[in-house]
Amino acid sequence: MDFITQHPVLVVSLAKIVGLMFLLMTTLAYLSWFERKVIAHIQSRWGPYYVGAHGLLQPLADGVKFLFKEDLTPPGADRFVYILAPVLALTLALTTLALIPFGPPSVQWLGESTLIVANSSIGLMFVFAITSIGVYGVALAGWSSNSKYPLLGGLRSSAQMISYEVSLTLAVVGVVLLSGTLNFNEMIESQRGYYLHFIPCWNVVPQIVGFLCYFLSAVAETNRAPFDLPEGETELVGGFHTEYSSFKFAMFFMAEYANMITVSCLATILFFGGWLSPFPESWTVMRYLPPAGLLALAVYLAYDTVVLARGIARIQLIVVTTGALVIGLACLHPVVLAILQGPFWFLLKVGLIMFFYVWTRATLPRLRYDQLMSFGWKFLLPVALANLVITALVKVWPQLVNHG
Amino acid sequence: MTLPFIVFFACAFLAVVGALTLILAREPIHSALSLVLVMVSLAVLYLLLGAEFIAAVQIIVYAGAIMVLFVFVIMLLNAGVEERTDYSKLAKYAGLPFGFFLLLALTFWMWTSFIGKQIANGVGGTNASVSTRELSAQLFQKYLFPFEATSILILIAILGALVLAKKDE
Repeated sequence: MDFITQHPVLVVSLAKIVGLMFLLMTTLAYLSWFERKVIAHIQSRWGPYYVGAHGLLQPLADGVKFLFKEDLTPPGADRFVYILAPVLALTLALTTLALIPFGPPSVQWLGESTLIVANSSIGLMFVFAITSIGVYGVALAGWSSNSKYPLLGGLRSSAQMISYEVSLTLAVVGVVLLSGTLNFNEMIESQRGYYLHFIPCWNVVPQIVGFLCYFLSAVAETNRAPFDLPEGETELVGGFHTEYSSFKFAMFFMAEYANMITVSCLATILFFGGWLSPFPESWTVMRYLPPAGLLALAVYLAYDTVVLARGIARIQLIVVTTGALVIGLACLHPVVLAILQGPFWFLLKVGLIMFFYVWTRATLPRLRYDQLMSFGWKFLLPVALANLVITALVKVWPQLVNHG
Repeated sequence: MTLPFIVFFACAFLAVVGALTLILAREPIHSALSLVLVMVSLAVLYLLLGAEFIAAVQIIVYAGAIMVLFVFVIMLLNAGVEERTDYSKLAKYAGLPFGFFLLLALTFWMWTSFIGKQIANGVGGTNASVSTRELSAQLFQKYLFPFEATSILILIAILGALVLAKKDE
């Protein structure tokens, strides 16, 4: 106990990192389930259905499959770099999430804010710093495989990521100008307030152009459809990870999902008010939305258990239902309710953006490579630049008028 | 041994190892990666000195932009393993002793002079953190002219690259 009281920062940080990693790994696994389900339903299919109720144990089965597959290294591959590439990709993708605030800094334990691992004063810059070296994972994977398709895929994606990083950064500078800080929590605080007492003052309203630029370049930056040319199977087999098998492939897979989460979290923080509730404080009923949602889910699952499921699936559903019920009831306690407000809204917004991501993938066809490049440089970059200049002018206009 | 002290020596060690492998590696990609390691270790050292903004910029500009382009070009040209020649006589008889002498002189200066001691004390981490706001105020008020001159210089360099890369029609 002495150690804990003497080094609260160290202990709390370690606890936060362990907790975040655990939650993150589970989320990454279930994102694949989420994506397959959503795409399946958009295409009038059922998606994963047989492993567990609603295919809920599919991620587990996939994980076991990845672990037991043969791990091949192509002959002539640069072994060190070949192993380094997926490790680098996953580590960097996970590191950025340490800077994301999942709730207000007022939620504390041992005097340390609990819902963010590292509350850096230049959080945004650090996220960009880490994503900017994220290119290495892809580029090195392509190079070290000693095979032509991965090399072409690696070259393509590094070119794409470098190009779109420019407009990604420029699109965000508008928000930085508006809030006057690089710290995530302060940025979120600056979006507090309501137009006409009920429309939230989120940055997405004045920065709608910035948001669209950000989202388009973010989709390209994370190599997702319709910009997933690095993996264009019709021309490049599998792109930069063609030669990767078993767990090393799974690491690239997880890195892609982790990057999606980071990008969605950033969009939420910068443009959608982060952990702020969309409803004014005076609407106290809305505080009960998290338990209400969980209890509604429990009711639906209970209906499922009784009416639809059979055999083993029924037992699984009973476990999940009791879980939802217990957490939902716990949320009715005022202390828990107060703590959960921030994370609930944050995760809901992130989830909606993730859904949008999957939706675009199910809807839009892939672009051609030259179209992608000319779109990035000749359209997105000028628009982001114009947005930045106009935002800056609007910001300094009062000062100019006063001095003039 | 405080925590910043340990982090300093770990990163300093990594930086030196990276610098050595940069020169000694025969594969161009390995050299480039070693340089990235040096850049990132330096960024952590800046962080220890309280210069958060500089640390982030160091990673974004050097590790994230310039070195990515290096790796990109090496991949594109598919540069092979470099060939070793007999080392130059000048480097052997003048370079090595001079380098050694420089190392000794710097160590001596660090050991004795006042500034050197200050730097050495700063190794354990300083509390004086320079905020981005202060930095930008300096940059855009006091040093506005050199800042703008640099940006024009870079613009000219970009235009030059464009002119050189443009195909004759």
